[in-house]
Amino acid sequence: MRNAYLKALYELAQRDDNVLAIVADNGAIVYDDFRRDCPDQFINVGIDEANLISVAAGLAQCGKLPFTYTIAAFLTIRAAEQVRNDVCLQQTNVKLVGIGAGFLYSDLGPTHHATEDLAFMRALPGMTIICPADPHEAYLATFAAAHISGPVYIRLAGSRTPALHDQDYRFEIGRGVTLCAGDDLTLVSTGMITHESLRAARLLHQQGVNARLIHLPTVKPFDSDIILTAARETGVLLTVDEHSVTGGIGSAVAEVLAEHAETAVKFKRVGLTDCFAQSYGAYADMKRLNGLAAEHIVEHAAQLLDTKLQPVK
Amino acid sequence: MNTINPQLTTESDLAGKAEHLRRVIFKTICDGGGGHIPSCLSIADVLAVLYYHTLHIDPAQPDDPARDRFILSKGHAGVALYAVLADLGFFESKLLATYGQADTLLGGHPDMHKLPGVEASTGALGHGLAFGMGHALAAKLDGNDYRTFVLLGDGECQEGSVWEAALFAAQQRLDNLVAIIDYNKLQALDRLDNIVALEPLAEKWTAFGWHVRQIDGHDISQLLDTFDKLPFADGRPNLIVAHTVKGHGISYMKNVPIWHYRLPNPDEMQTGQAELQTTAAEH
Repeated sequence: MRNAYLKALYELAQRDDNVLAIVADNGAIVYDDFRRDCPDQFINVGIDEANLISVAAGLAQCGKLPFTYTIAAFLTIRAAEQVRNDVCLQQTNVKLVGIGAGFLYSDLGPTHHATEDLAFMRALPGMTIICPADPHEAYLATFAAAHISGPVYIRLAGSRTPALHDQDYRFEIGRGVTLCAGDDLTLVSTGMITHESLRAARLLHQQGVNARLIHLPTVKPFDSDIILTAARETGVLLTVDEHSVTGGIGSAVAEVLAEHAETAVKFKRVGLTDCFAQSYGAYADMKRLNGLAAEHIVEHAAQLLDTKLQPVK
Repeated sequence: MNTINPQLTTESDLAGKAEHLRRVIFKTICDGGGGHIPSCLSIADVLAVLYYHTLHIDPAQPDDPARDRFILSKGHAGVALYAVLADLGFFESKLLATYGQADTLLGGHPDMHKLPGVEASTGALGHGLAFGMGHALAAKLDGNDYRTFVLLGDGECQEGSVWEAALFAAQQRLDNLVAIIDYNKLQALDRLDNIVALEPLAEKWTAFGWHVRQIDGHDISQLLDTFDKLPFADGRPNLIVAHTVKGHGISYMKNVPIWHYRLPNPDEMQTGQAELQTTAAEH
């Protein structure tokens, strides 16, 4: 996914020398091609995230198109005031690209996890938030971000992410996509954890439960329509966040449902429940250890449906 | 790119402008119901020399890409900026009377989207230098000659983000960047020395790779001489440490911390006006 982003960034930079890649001492090796071919468009500010954002805002004010890039947790939380005041309040055309969404940096531990970032970023006026689920989506999202006039946060996973979408997939800002049809319940997901939600939908299908899977690559602006349609048509919603259950898409869905209380649903948010992600290890292990594996999603679905399902092998 | 026409060059003209700015600051804040009077008074001379002599700007073309930029990083002194922008015609002077009212364009801290001539929406301290660096860096990338001036408070230098910016500016050899510190030695609760001292301040910035000059920030001839010597050295960002007095011009405010954000009572207003020689016919 990261390489797909870099490929898009490279292409953008080749076409327009106002496109700048600004990093906070990350991206060793992976930016080599960019630095070789667009040397005047690459800036490493060093380990100073606040500076990164403020400088990018000043550059944007002068007609540049800066793509800032560092670990998602530091980009958003460390430099939170700069993101809020220099980018959003001043409405500067800065792109914020965070690497290591959720607990992807599983071996590095929770200081490097982005598990509260959406709670903050969603609250910022004028911020567009994209959480791609696969490399192709990340590639398309980068171009989409470049064409938006205003702040955009792209929350990337990392390298070696599996494909989810077909090559003819069309990405559209603000539109959710239905990856599985179904009327028994709806799973709502974003980012990399959609792969897990998809596994869960397939496991459910094997047991005769037809789950609709909605993937929301854009967290903000939020596609309320697709959610409310699913609420009316399925009556049971389960959200999956590789993030705290507070402030991610679980909260976004809950907000929409509560304001349309005429559409009564059974609803549950799955994600980190007032805790940091536990443990170290491979990403697959992390999902299991933190209640975000397909098996857990299936179990939550069963509870919501008040159904006994076969244990998942 | 034009400079202000006519550009003022004599000390007496510029001193007169500074006095005018102080009178406008005091009246605007008193009429508006509150503000940071001493923080504004300490920078009136710096602003006078910058805006009437040094900056290449044109009120008729506030967005000219070739303009010099001035960023008031100590945004709580916004009324001082409003006073000079109004006097130069960036916006109508009558707007000054709306300061403090509900729908005003002149907020407690300046908003770049509300008034021409305001380059940054400051107020949260510690942002202006790095934001200004973005402008300076853009100039280098594009081969433009404009300069970027950033005025910081001394208390503001307690913010870590200021030092992040200082390190980076030197690394990037931004000799088109001019930082000015309003070194009035006071912050909100007390003198800096009793909270977090900055001394030796000039040496710190020199150690960070800046070329530093220290002056009396109320001495017009020193201000003129120093600004006329910019850039001080090739390849190094410029810092002017302007030693000033917080509340300069009003005897009961000078160096008294409690006046940081405090509205004078009617007697104090009268005394203040008299000391600044305001007349009823001023506006």
